Amino acid sequence: MSAASVNTTPTSAPVEPGEPARAAYLRFTDVKKSYDQQVLVVKGFSLDVAKGEFITLLGPSGSGKTTMLMMLAGFESVTSGEILVDSVPLTRTAPYHRNIGMVFQNYALFPHMTVAENLGYPLKIRNLARAEVERRVGEYLDLVKLGDFGERYPAQLSGGQRQRVALARALVFDPSIVLMDEPLGALDKKLREQMQVEITHLHRDLGFTVIYVTHDQSEALTMSDRVAVFNDGVVQQCAAPNDLYESPSNAFVADFIGENNMIEGEVASLGDGTAEVRLKAGAVVTARIGDVTEAGEPCIISIRPEKLFIREDAPGYENEIEARFSVRHYVGDFIRYYYHLADGTEITVKALNDAAAPKVTVGQDSHLVWHTSDCFAFKPL
Amino acid sequence: MARFPEYYTLWDRTGIYALRAVAGLVLFFLMAPILVIIPLSFNAEPFFTFTEGMLAFDSEAYSLRWYGSILENPNWLLAIRNSFIVGIAATILATTLGTLAAVGLANSAMPYRRLITALLLSPMIVPLIIIAAGMFFFYTRFNLVGTHLGLIIAHAALGVPFVIVTVTATLAGFDRSLYNAGIGLGASPMRAFRDIVLPIIRPGVISGGLFAFVTSFDEVVLVLFLAGPDQRTIPRQMFSGLREQINPTILAVATLLVLVSGLLLVTRELLRRRSDRLRGV
Repeated sequence: MSAASVNTTPTSAPVEPGEPARAAYLRFTDVKKSYDQQVLVVKGFSLDVAKGEFITLLGPSGSGKTTMLMMLAGFESVTSGEILVDSVPLTRTAPYHRNIGMVFQNYALFPHMTVAENLGYPLKIRNLARAEVERRVGEYLDLVKLGDFGERYPAQLSGGQRQRVALARALVFDPSIVLMDEPLGALDKKLREQMQVEITHLHRDLGFTVIYVTHDQSEALTMSDRVAVFNDGVVQQCAAPNDLYESPSNAFVADFIGENNMIEGEVASLGDGTAEVRLKAGAVVTARIGDVTEAGEPCIISIRPEKLFIREDAPGYENEIEARFSVRHYVGDFIRYYYHLADGTEITVKALNDAAAPKVTVGQDSHLVWHTSDCFAFKPL
Repeated sequence: MARFPEYYTLWDRTGIYALRAVAGLVLFFLMAPILVIIPLSFNAEPFFTFTEGMLAFDSEAYSLRWYGSILENPNWLLAIRNSFIVGIAATILATTLGTLAAVGLANSAMPYRRLITALLLSPMIVPLIIIAAGMFFFYTRFNLVGTHLGLIIAHAALGVPFVIVTVTATLAGFDRSLYNAGIGLGASPMRAFRDIVLPIIRPGVISGGLFAFVTSFDEVVLVLFLAGPDQRTIPRQMFSGLREQINPTILAVATLLVLVSGLLLVTRELLRRRSDRLRGV
């Protein structure tokens, strides 16, 4: 991980002791945005981005992630806070001098220009010689595998081809930062996965810095160096994809990223890194401390469905709970089992579809077991 | 005849035929006075009615003499020249100002948008005679009465609302992210407007310009008030021609005007189709 330091919440600004103070390439300091001077859409965004990093802003719609992009691009003003690029405040630069490439959700290709003219436009503005413009346009068209499409108009292209043109146009003028606003949202699943791979390749080969906005978590997890999970105008957690999945910092992230079983309970006691939790269903289990702070407070524990096992005899597992089987969903590569706890909470168990896949009958009671290291105790949402 | 769905009753069918008949009559009343002018302008006799020879399709009864007489009459030639000078100048002025106004009014940050729009569109609604009278007194102060410039400004004021309406309509379908994309790629606001906004809204601009031209081209009330003998335009000349020199020259001119208007309409339609195709509709 190349980032200097990560500040995930507006209130705390942890500075790692001993870490050398390195100026980040792109730095957001407590950025706030309000459209009506009353409601904050972005409530204090702080983040350091290293040069060449691929950062994704992930969140449900209306969480303020697109607004962040618009402020970076200069289409929206910054209400308060600061955005620095190479230690220079970005807001002092006019939007058309920022040298930031942007891929719009609807591609925003100029309909009256051919593909080649679209790509050549930023170069023409920069007064490049005609031969140089042609050379670069050709080079980038080849890069996105559209070498023969230069003379076509955007209306004559398919969605995936338009997407590539938009991508090439955002890269052709060597921007310092590339912004992508849900660029794959309008493509079908197969094309989307293909474009994800291509964008990852381009990023690796050309080394530009990316701020990517999406509400699709698999897209965020597969492509990014780090993902900032947005909700309600606040970054809930900013971490590498595996950290985000394996050690979420609060209940929102645990619930938003991937699938999770959320079981309500109450903190019985706090130990060193772990907490004893009395579940509403009765059992007492041990969980890693997420963000619970004191004994006696209500909490929820989260366990991923693939970390739960259906075992009658369970040596080696710290936790177990009694549950009643209700439905089995055959998905193909795995099987999903739905259980109910004594208090009615629904629990999902995911098991690989192999010879060891358990056979259960409706209404049967089973023991579900899991490791303490796979479950977390969080404050309820 | 289109086949009716089987569930149509006799009443439904009668209603449909009645509707078609009424629609046909409306069309007839709109078009007949215009269409009847065209054959009459080829009359060999100085009459405003069909001669027996014309009705019998006798080629002797038709001639181009009234078209020739346009070219021989210096009054008509001056009028045609004036009409084009005033029309084209007023169109350029109205198109430029109207487009800029529409772009400004399309910006949601613009204060008092509705009020300003209403003021700018008022020449479409206020009775022409009132505008003419007001302009006459106002222009007298600036010695603009009886000048080409005065007539051009007056006609431009009449044309601006058409340009605003058509350009505003085109701008409503304009995707603002295209403009933003231009800015993001490095174009200054002026350049982004010139390179991206203007080419895309061009059909609206041209359409508005054509309306402005036609408005000026057939306008007679303002000309009666503001023009001197040197600024006589085609409609003004027709107006006096109707009373002074009773011969079908006026019909020949009218036919030419119908032709010009028709060509303008066709141009507009072709431009609209072209822009639709570009947008991939």
